[in-house]
Amino acid sequence: MPKDSGIGASPKRREDLRFLTGTGNYTDDINLSGQAYVHFLRSDVAHGKINGIDTAAAAAMPGVIRIFTGADFEGVGSIPCGWQVTDRHGQPMQEPAHPVLAQGKVRYVGDAIAAVVAESREQARDAAEAIELDIEELPAVIDMKEAVKEGAPKVHDDLTSNLCYDWGFVEENKPAVEEAFANAAHVTTLELVNNRLVANPMEPRVAVGDFNRATGESTLYTTSQNPHVIRLLMGAFVLGIPEHKLRVIAPDVGGGFGTKIFHYAEEAFCTFAAKALNRAVKWTSTRSEAFMTDAHGRDHVTKIELALDAENNFTAIRTDTYANMGAYLSTFAPSVPTWLHGTLMAGNYKTPLIYVNVKAVFTNTVPVDAYRGAGRPEATFQLERVIDKAARELGVDPIALRRQNFITEFPYATPVAVEYDTGDYHATMDKLIDVADFAGFKARRAESEKNGKLRGLGVNCYIEACGIAPSNLVGQLGARAGLYESATVRVNATGGLVVMTGSHSHGQGHETSFPQVIADMIGIDESMVEIVHGDTANTPMGMGTYGSRSLAVGGSAMVRATEKIIAKAKKIAAHILEASDADIELKDGQFSVAGTDKSLAWGDVTLAAYVPHNYPLEDMEPGLEETAFYDPANFTYPSGAYACEVEVDPETGKITIERFAAADDFGNIVNPMIVDGQVHGGIGQGIGQALLEGCVYDENGQLLSASYMDYAMPRADDLPFYQVDHSCQTPCTHNPLGVKGCGEAGAIGSPPAVVNAVVDALQSAGKDVTHIDMPLTPNRVWSAMNS
Amino acid sequence: MTKVSMTVNGKPASGEVEGRTLLSSFLREDLGLTGTHVGCDTSQCGACVVHVNGKAVKSCTMLAAEADGAEVSTIEGQAAPDGTLNAIQQAFQDHHGLQCGFCTPGMVMSAAALLKDNPKPTEAEVRAYLEGNICRCTGYHNIVKAIMAASGQDVSAIAAE
Repeated sequence: MPKDSGIGASPKRREDLRFLTGTGNYTDDINLSGQAYVHFLRSDVAHGKINGIDTAAAAAMPGVIRIFTGADFEGVGSIPCGWQVTDRHGQPMQEPAHPVLAQGKVRYVGDAIAAVVAESREQARDAAEAIELDIEELPAVIDMKEAVKEGAPKVHDDLTSNLCYDWGFVEENKPAVEEAFANAAHVTTLELVNNRLVANPMEPRVAVGDFNRATGESTLYTTSQNPHVIRLLMGAFVLGIPEHKLRVIAPDVGGGFGTKIFHYAEEAFCTFAAKALNRAVKWTSTRSEAFMTDAHGRDHVTKIELALDAENNFTAIRTDTYANMGAYLSTFAPSVPTWLHGTLMAGNYKTPLIYVNVKAVFTNTVPVDAYRGAGRPEATFQLERVIDKAARELGVDPIALRRQNFITEFPYATPVAVEYDTGDYHATMDKLIDVADFAGFKARRAESEKNGKLRGLGVNCYIEACGIAPSNLVGQLGARAGLYESATVRVNATGGLVVMTGSHSHGQGHETSFPQVIADMIGIDESMVEIVHGDTANTPMGMGTYGSRSLAVGGSAMVRATEKIIAKAKKIAAHILEASDADIELKDGQFSVAGTDKSLAWGDVTLAAYVPHNYPLEDMEPGLEETAFYDPANFTYPSGAYACEVEVDPETGKITIERFAAADDFGNIVNPMIVDGQVHGGIGQGIGQALLEGCVYDENGQLLSASYMDYAMPRADDLPFYQVDHSCQTPCTHNPLGVKGCGEAGAIGSPPAVVNAVVDALQSAGKDVTHIDMPLTPNRVWSAMNS
Repeated sequence: MTKVSMTVNGKPASGEVEGRTLLSSFLREDLGLTGTHVGCDTSQCGACVVHVNGKAVKSCTMLAAEADGAEVSTIEGQAAPDGTLNAIQQAFQDHHGLQCGFCTPGMVMSAAALLKDNPKPTEAEVRAYLEGNICRCTGYHNIVKAIMAASGQDVSAIAAE
């Protein structure tokens, strides 16, 4: 019987009531008294020198309040980067300044040159068109390999080159890796592109800045996954506002997928302008603007080599990757191709020697940063593609080759610096074979062939590092932040609880799932627990939601704070019941003295905490409120196996996803319905990457795919129902809930399954196609078949 | 400025608008009905779908002035006055057909228009009809399932909750 409450149950989501009735409170729904509107005039060239900005005519337009340019931001800080990578030679990465508004040069199409603040959105937009720009267009660099050539135009004149860093990992392993390749019985090589994507949460970014002259306090409402991080970055590094004078509110947020982690110039602008003008200033991104300014994702060009011995054991992996940073360093950009990518190159396999080289490159394109999975999809894709290719070259079953090389003993220290705590890769593969009905594939292929279609089955495994992250470890790796999470649990006199968490929910359903945990711990109804998040004024310092960390890190903080609450409540109960603390048990919301019939209800104890008439005041303060900060001891390592079945129309190259199955190990599961939904969404995005999505720049740096007319988002008729299973559970050993995180798995695990399936389909028809770069458009597939 | 008057969710509504004011802007900014969302600027995403004279319309692609005299229905008007969700809204909650909620108003309004014309749509018909509504969270699995359930079909055999 499924549970109907607590951990393991799937109660209906409480946030749905407001979202289904149009009563959510998204940032663009917030309108402040006297608010003005800003429109940004953005560069239409990828690289240029600003010789002049004439705002006179625009300033005289109706409704214009003030026009800002880069000159207004001299002395204001640079948009900071939150991670410093050290290169192969021990040198820090090159880190250019990132002004709020362009100063001297524009560096990508979309770079903001001027900001018009007016009484209405339309007036601001009209006036921006009247600004006269004198921009001398300069040669742009778009292709990464061209950008690092001698003599290439420089994105930043004050840097030595367009190379941000040349990272080697693990540098000391390099000679041993070279030797392993020299001694290999077989080497499989694959060159591939991990296509550039745009995260595209359905809610475009919005910022509303406000200022109270009487108190000197600034407030920013913003579409963020981590309001405290924005408060710290913007307050301390850009605008010089101390945190106690700056409040950041991220209310209902319409999806994030990574791109709403970062601190953006528009947030700083609205906060700055609100103070300068002493009135609220609002910016609402259009979708076209979002394509040009939201940090993009992926964009790696990789060569991977896999060495095997005569028995088909993996002996070494060597990779060489170019990673696009775009024109400036976005908040976490340097960490994505390095610590979130290189550390995952072992995958599910006991390859003893690994060397990863990553060259991060500046180009005249939108900054690139974390997008759902962030580095881990790039690692998984290349590894699972090269293994599939190796299996075909060796004439062995791709599943058998994987199984032969699976890690089977835990904990397992990889040669790339991480230690997997638990996992069972054979179990998820066994489950996949069952869920995906491999047994029926042959018949389905025959049926497809009867209809003139090719059918392929692709399989892959994945592992990810989630629950980000141990602060002392990431500090050594260059993070300029701690990655703990916080929770304050406030118990009211009548027994209800409010949990103030630093985690942020923007689709994940924390308001529903977090109370399930507390309800179980105390033995009360979930309806007695309320979750508060997204406002720096009423939540403790938190690091926010990304890297599948909310339950593993934020949930653990909540558990720790609740444990403190229970410990104190037991002491109060012991006093009233005249028993020893150690003899008090809490079960089903009742405190009882072990071995007696004496008991007190949860509500009696909480009332006593606030009406302390019969209370050990000499030993304890009244009240019942506790805070905990939880810093994880390790990453968590969700893993799984995915299978995709495609049909290919040999006449057109069009691919149809016929079946998709996922067998995941997320450790313990709090809310299976929400976990399924997370996996569905991730798979949808992964299939989108594999078949449809791709960000396209022309050689001059014009963004050709800057609308939903040009960038192919997955639609309902592109996707099938998915078979999702998470019954394989090896609990995480180092967090109190035993959870691993499920938010990114789908996006990490699905692209290689799709491509492996397409290659399988084409080879079934005798086509000598070993790889096609994503997105696998009909044009690319047809061309590959007919080349 | 032009005066426009219309009936919105059964109540009279009017305001002064510029010729270029979109119906979506009029609903959101003049009437404060912020349940209708704007997710793109090319009439592709469908977050802004409302009903005008009984037909599903992308309100970002219609001028407020064009809706003068029309009967407009938005997400705010779908539940009963006591807050009880309608069958489509309830099915979306029951089947986890929403995550961040941003596309949801448009999805619910499109689903209502579909079920009005086609009370028992097949999976393929639901997917084809939703071609103009983009969701980035759900992979569509539970949206399609919710709409089929709202039409009274048994969805228990559909893969995984």
